[in-house]
This record gives sequence, structure tokens and C-alpha cells, in this order.
Amino acid sequence: MTRVEVFIQLKPGLLDPQGETLTHALESLGHESVSELRVGKWITFRMDETDPAVVEREVEEMCERLLANPVIESFEYRLDEDGR
Amino acid sequence: MTDVPIGVVRFPGTNCDQDVFDAVGSVSGAQPVWLWHKERDLAGVRAIVLAGGFAYGDYLRAGAIARFSPIMEEVIRFAETGRPVLGICNGFQILTEAGLLPGALMRNDRLSFVCRPQWLKIESTATPFTRHYRPGELVRFPVAHGEGNYFAPPDILDRLEAEARVVFRYVDEDGQATAESNPNGSARSIAGIADETGHIVGLMPHPDRAMEALVGSDDGRRVFRGLLEAAA
Repeated sequence: MTRVEVFIQLKPGLLDPQGETLTHALESLGHESVSELRVGKWITFRMDETDPAVVEREVEEMCERLLANPVIESFEYRLDEDGR
Repeated sequence: MTDVPIGVVRFPGTNCDQDVFDAVGSVSGAQPVWLWHKERDLAGVRAIVLAGGFAYGDYLRAGAIARFSPIMEEVIRFAETGRPVLGICNGFQILTEAGLLPGALMRNDRLSFVCRPQWLKIESTATPFTRHYRPGELVRFPVAHGEGNYFAPPDILDRLEAEARVVFRYVDEDGQATAESNPNGSARSIAGIADETGHIVGLMPHPDRAMEALVGSDDGRRVFRGLLEAAA
């Protein structure tokens, strides 16, 4: 069992209105030193496969085809083969 | 002469399907036909319209899941044979996710869902859907979306402009594209684009909601007239 975590974000330089709004909200709460705040997505799942090379290939394909839109988003992922 | 069948795709979450069905049906000679998202049979339709709404709840990204539905595999094949396909609002988002049109539609650059009548300039009359407009004509269709901010890398934008594939542009009532007339932050005020053949067009504004002068505008009628002629 492999536990998979996928992180998806808008590519750098693309406007993230949610991030901007949250930055202003945090400022109004007194957190004035916050900058470069971006809102993304965090997707977790498990796979029966434990061979990291196979998992990696499959997760890459999932991200490129569905989970992220390569035109506007970048993705990263983290695998834990012990399934934790 | 028998009426020309024109498909209107319904996904769970589509909500402008009836408007589009009625818009298609209002053109003499056109017979709208429902196409359910699970179907693989296009029922012999000669053109397809993807209506607005929130297909599959817009989960993940607008259009992301709809793009992999059984009907979309057939729509993609159909589009690739040069048959007319029109995507309105969520339909435009689905066409970009499917790779039939370049670019992507991001969250509006301001905080609100934008819902208002919108002036548009007809930038290209070289598509079946705009052939009954004058080049540069100003029309008014409603916009209603939260994710209509058109984005594409600069080289793609340059290519779209050079190949006259920007079909609709957000403008003010004088025909000027300004920051105020752009409802969502779209690159170069782009409201709608075409593929290389002109037969696949997507736009965020709703010609299907501009069918009766009584409710604001009937500027959208000619889109559906052109659609029928290309399908016949």
C-alpha cells in the first residue's frame, strides 16, 4: 500500500484572487508580514501498488491528464510506500 | 425537408440546457436533440452545443471531469471531423479542458460571480456561428460566470490574434476594450475563440440568453441561425 499526496497550485505569476484576498484578510487580523500567499489543492489517496517507479508513473499520468491543468497549474507529489 | 438534428449535451449540473434547446428549436429547420452524458451514440446529429452550468458540480476545475465523460469522447471525435461544435460558458470551459480549444478559464480576477448584460465586439465572421454578423459589430449577450478569466501563454494569444481566431471580445458600448469593460480579467479581453478550422467555437457570454428583445436583447439569434446552416 502506498499513500499518495498530490499538491496542486496555480503556476507562479498567475493571478490567484483567493490568495490575494486571504492575504488582505490576514493583514486585517494583524498578520502584516504575510506575503506570497497562494491557495492550492491537496489531494490524498492510497494505491495498492508498492513499486515506487510504477506508482510514480501512474501518479504523473493522473496529474497530467486530470488532477492538474498543465496550462495553468503545477503539481508536486509525495509518496509513502509504507502506506502511512 | 426534414429538420436538421442538433445535439444539446446534458451533464449532471448543466443548467442552461433548456435555454439552449429552446434557442436551437427557435430556428426554423432545426430539431434540437438531447444528448445525455453517459451516451456514446450521437443519434445522427449534425452539430453539437455544450450548454452552460456546472457539469459534475465543477468539481476539481470547471469542465475537468465532464471532459472525460462518455459523450465527450464522441464529441471530440465528431469535432475532429470538422463538424460544428459550440461551447457556451461551462461548454467553453469543457472545450478547453478537452484540448479542442487552447488556453484555460481561471477564476475571475475580482471577487464576484459576474452576472450582467455585456457588450461584445464580433472580431471574426469566419465561423459558422458569426457569419451573420458584420465584422466589428457590437452585440449584447449576458455573462454569468465565476471562472471566465481567459488565459493562454503570450505566444498562443499572438497566434490566436494573427489567425483571426479571437471571435468575441469584451468591449464597452463604444466598442473599446477597457479594464472596466472586461468582466473577469481575460487576457486581451477575449470572450470567445475558435479552433484552426473555425468550426469549434467557445465563448463565455450567453447567446442563448439573448434570444428575445423583450428580455433585453435578441442579438444571439444569429449564432443559432449560423449553426443550423453549417449543420444542414
